[in-house]
Amino acid sequence: MEILIDIASWALLVSGGAFCVIGGLGLLRLPDVYARMHAAGITDTLGAGLILAGLMLQGGLTLVTAKLFLILVFLLYTSPTSTYALANAAYRRGLAPLLGGGTPANKDGDSSKP
Amino acid sequence: MFAAATLALLVAMALALARALLGPTVYDRVLAVNSFGTKTVLLIAVFGFLTGRPDFLDISLIYALINFIATIAVLKFLKFGDLGTRGHLPETDEEVAE
Repeated sequence: MEILIDIASWALLVSGGAFCVIGGLGLLRLPDVYARMHAAGITDTLGAGLILAGLMLQGGLTLVTAKLFLILVFLLYTSPTSTYALANAAYRRGLAPLLGGGTPANKDGDSSKP
Repeated sequence: MFAAATLALLVAMALALARALLGPTVYDRVLAVNSFGTKTVLLIAVFGFLTGRPDFLDISLIYALINFIATIAVLKFLKFGDLGTRGHLPETDEEVAE
């Protein structure tokens, strides 16, 4: 039984780490701020969720697991809030998102006019 | 296996740091620093298990709180140029004209 929990925990930790690296690569490679927020979202949800779930399996039914759960809940509440605040601040400042074809949209969302 | 997760987190943190240094807009830097902070929270948690001292989780929890407050504070400063304003932005074009 112990070994099964260890294997499950290792699988969760490694896949969480892989998702973190994927999110980091997206953060570096994607073309504009709004696309990069999408990549940061992978780290905040799947990366954090899988790594913390893996640690929870290691912790067992103790205070450690309760703290890990608290961190997970807190991250799941704050990361959408800060992403929304960032997108809102960037858009209000007039930073236009890139649309298909690589042309930045104007403030009305119409990409045909500059 | 904790070492593998730590290594993956360190690589992801290096990538986020590269984006924070490259920019090009200030919002890219804020996004990268926020993502870097989330990864730091995870790194502290995993490192606590790696060294067999899960007490580090308290630090990790506090770091998550500070990271969120810092991101919101920087964004508010960017938006209003001041941390003391009430926080109202003009919503419609008429309000902008005023």
